Amino acid sequence: MANAGIDVSDVQGLVRFGYAHLPEACFLLLEIENGAATRFWLATITQSLTTAERLAERPKTALQVAFTRQGLQALGVSESTIQGFSPEFIFGMNGEESRSRRLGDVQANAPSGWQWGGPGNVPHLMLMLYAGSGGLESWQKSVVEKLPQGGVKLLRQLGNSVTDGYEPFGFRDGMSQPEIDWKLERKVGSKDQLEYGNLVSAGEWLLGYLNEYGKYTDRPLVDPKDDPENKLLFAEEQPGKKDLGRNGAYLVLRQLEQNVPGFWQFMDAQANHDPKERRKLAESMVGRTIEGEPLVPRASSPIAGVGPDPDDIRLNQFTYESDSDGIRCPFGAHIRRANPRNPDLPYGTKGFLSWLIRTAGFGRKSIRDDLIASTRFHRVLRRGRRYGKRLSPDEALQMGKTDGEERGIYFISLNANIGRQFEFVQNAWIMGTKFDGLTEESDALIGNRELIGGCPVTNTFSIPLESGVRRRITGMPQFVTVRGGAYFFLPSIRALRYFAGIAS
Amino acid sequence: MTPQSNFMVIAPLVSDKTSALRTLLASMNRQPGVVDPQNSLVAFGEFDRLHFARFIVFDDQTLNDIAVYGLPRPNLPTYLAFLGDCDGPADEFLAELTQRAGSGLRQIFSHCEGFAANGDLLRWMQDNQQRAAAAYVNWIGRTVRQVREENALRNALTAYLDGNRTAIAAKNPVQIRDDLTRFVNGQVEAGRLTLTPPAPTPLGWKVRNFFHLVGVPVVLLLLAPLLLLYLPIFLVQLRCRERSDPEICPPPDPEHVKKLADLEDHDVTNQFSALGSVKPGLFRRWTVSFLVWILDYGSRHIFNRGFLTRVNSIHFARWVFLDNKKRLFFASNYDGSLESYMDDFINKVAWGLNLVFSNGVGYPRSNWLVLNGAKDEQKFKHFIRRHELPTEVWYNAHPGLTAVDLERNRKIRQGIEKPFTTEAEIQEWLRLF
Repeated sequence: MANAGIDVSDVQGLVRFGYAHLPEACFLLLEIENGAATRFWLATITQSLTTAERLAERPKTALQVAFTRQGLQALGVSESTIQGFSPEFIFGMNGEESRSRRLGDVQANAPSGWQWGGPGNVPHLMLMLYAGSGGLESWQKSVVEKLPQGGVKLLRQLGNSVTDGYEPFGFRDGMSQPEIDWKLERKVGSKDQLEYGNLVSAGEWLLGYLNEYGKYTDRPLVDPKDDPENKLLFAEEQPGKKDLGRNGAYLVLRQLEQNVPGFWQFMDAQANHDPKERRKLAESMVGRTIEGEPLVPRASSPIAGVGPDPDDIRLNQFTYESDSDGIRCPFGAHIRRANPRNPDLPYGTKGFLSWLIRTAGFGRKSIRDDLIASTRFHRVLRRGRRYGKRLSPDEALQMGKTDGEERGIYFISLNANIGRQFEFVQNAWIMGTKFDGLTEESDALIGNRELIGGCPVTNTFSIPLESGVRRRITGMPQFVTVRGGAYFFLPSIRALRYFAGIAS
Repeated sequence: MTPQSNFMVIAPLVSDKTSALRTLLASMNRQPGVVDPQNSLVAFGEFDRLHFARFIVFDDQTLNDIAVYGLPRPNLPTYLAFLGDCDGPADEFLAELTQRAGSGLRQIFSHCEGFAANGDLLRWMQDNQQRAAAAYVNWIGRTVRQVREENALRNALTAYLDGNRTAIAAKNPVQIRDDLTRFVNGQVEAGRLTLTPPAPTPLGWKVRNFFHLVGVPVVLLLLAPLLLLYLPIFLVQLRCRERSDPEICPPPDPEHVKKLADLEDHDVTNQFSALGSVKPGLFRRWTVSFLVWILDYGSRHIFNRGFLTRVNSIHFARWVFLDNKKRLFFASNYDGSLESYMDDFINKVAWGLNLVFSNGVGYPRSNWLVLNGAKDEQKFKHFIRRHELPTEVWYNAHPGLTAVDLERNRKIRQGIEKPFTTEAEIQEWLRLF
């Protein structure tokens, strides 16, 4: 179906919407006890799922469902089908020491200490409930009550989540999202993209479509004879196979506890208790002001996929091209790490000759030149939610070390390739102590400050200054701790019907 | 300047000794992927001219791939390879190595065919050397000593800047640099910092390097008429093959990947070793030989100042032909995790990879020798992982330091030793901290 666009009625709505109008949310982590009962139950659930269709009236509640590899096995999905999923999904977030090392899930962040998702503690599936103010509690209760009929056991409720667009440290959050090419109009091929853009191929988010390389990402395909009721579509590039992945995505969930008092008290001490300085320092670590304004000026020309909403233009029409020394926004600022906003070749590559010189590696202006490129291959769609009691910076400053409350973010990201998207960003950019020519520091907000061989420290933060010598914050504690996490598959509606119909 | 050189000792293993050897090599590690630099077999840390070293068992799981061309699996033994990169001539280094780590090396090489326990170890190692067809050095002339001294310099200056924040804030760039220079001079006088001046470049190396620099273009120029005449035929031959050469890029065995991943990301730098078969026939053999020859020229004379085309995360790399050019071995020491290394390759220098590796059996389909190929991201990543060999032992003389760190430290030192002409230059220099 060329150019018909994506069949949004087959996609779970979370891929398209953040459900910001539904501030209350709860994620139920479940274990399958009786596969047959669960498959039957799934058929019912599937009918109530919220899809990516844009309705005349916004839904009053939203329901989504996602599975881990263990969940698919418990559901009765065949081993050969499961082998078609990506190795990251098969092994799981906690499954290998090397993965934990790369993600920074060591020491205080180690899976062995997680509340859920650690070894032997991986949920099978997750029901995600979103509701309007005051609408969640009774609905959640009735859903939970009916779980045993579905052959599933409740392991944990990730609740206490009310979103208002701000994350626990007090910063506006979730403003910058890649724009998905829903109409399937983006044609990238293998050509270098010389401008940073925010419109990204559908195949970076949904399986079964062309990705930014102009290729189909590996995904589970099934033999037509294993789909006798014809529930799945044929794979676009392999017409002899049915595409179980199509319109589905991988969902990364991490429960990140944020030490709000610790964060603000550290800022306060570094700023000698000067409120303006304190705020400025915190903002330089985030890369945006508390209200969300970027620290670098607006780009003079439009960025594809940003706008036309004036708010989006104000908050997102920028790159770091004009800030090559990091004076406005430090290199290590959280949002600069999470998305360095670079095209495939260094800025200013124009015409064949300069393309040739740059491709051969010449024309370098500084040691940072061309360290980070092609950021379009490493984008994630974030759908996280805040949890825990809100604490303002002032309250955080006035209390002792902690108020005993746990608060943080249920970090959720969607992508088609966990390794190249979420894991790459987390490993190379967020936890990377050598990101963009830096050294001795990891992400100011969520870095784990874990020592690495040959480096005396990793707990600093450099703020480049106009005058030359940077200001360097030292002795930064860890502000964010991983409390749980897992890799899920967020199937399409068709895939769910297929799962529900598996013959045991 | 002290030029770098490399060595690779390779010898077939006695067939039933592979697993015993693996156990022995593992005893050199603190944990898989982390060598003990003072281990009792080869205490790498004792050798201050050695940058990187590794032991690998060449257990090639892809030998059978050649069957897609209707050829039988080549009857090749499993090799043990010991390779490293050092300052100064490799022969001198090997001599030092055999003197100081002779018994450990003998113990290791006793697992190899034809190794005489009481023979001349150095001679045996030299006889079993395999020259690199091309070798890349991130910065020709940067010695281990220099890396260490410059890193100590950077650490001292950083600490000084952090400790004197208030005083520094009141000064202009010229004054700050004066302060820093004075501080360094004091540290040097007190013996706390050393900044050894570069040794004179050996005359023999200079002469050889010059003749290579000029000789290769001269040979190319002389061959140019022939090459140009042949070019159309070459393109036809190439396109025929490119259209029909089969791809072998299935997802790699998860167990194999796990074994590899266990060894990775213990340091900011990682090792990479991979082995594959060259596509059969003279066409591919000559093409890859020619291209690797050009690559070697590029590495020696053009890309020796911190980057190999757009990639600046490689410390050392080499391409080695084995078994009468039936196979090609590639080894590198790179910064970051494998995923980012592969992405760097795909996004920045896919054309360069294609030039060489598209002559390898099973490589993702390339077009016109430079297009596509590695740009088929997942197939390429599968191909890479499938051909990768676990590196049993790996030593890095400067852990925790990326190639970019080394370049920064070099520039910091330069700013201390050489006066600047403008204040803007000093300001730029101060941004390095």
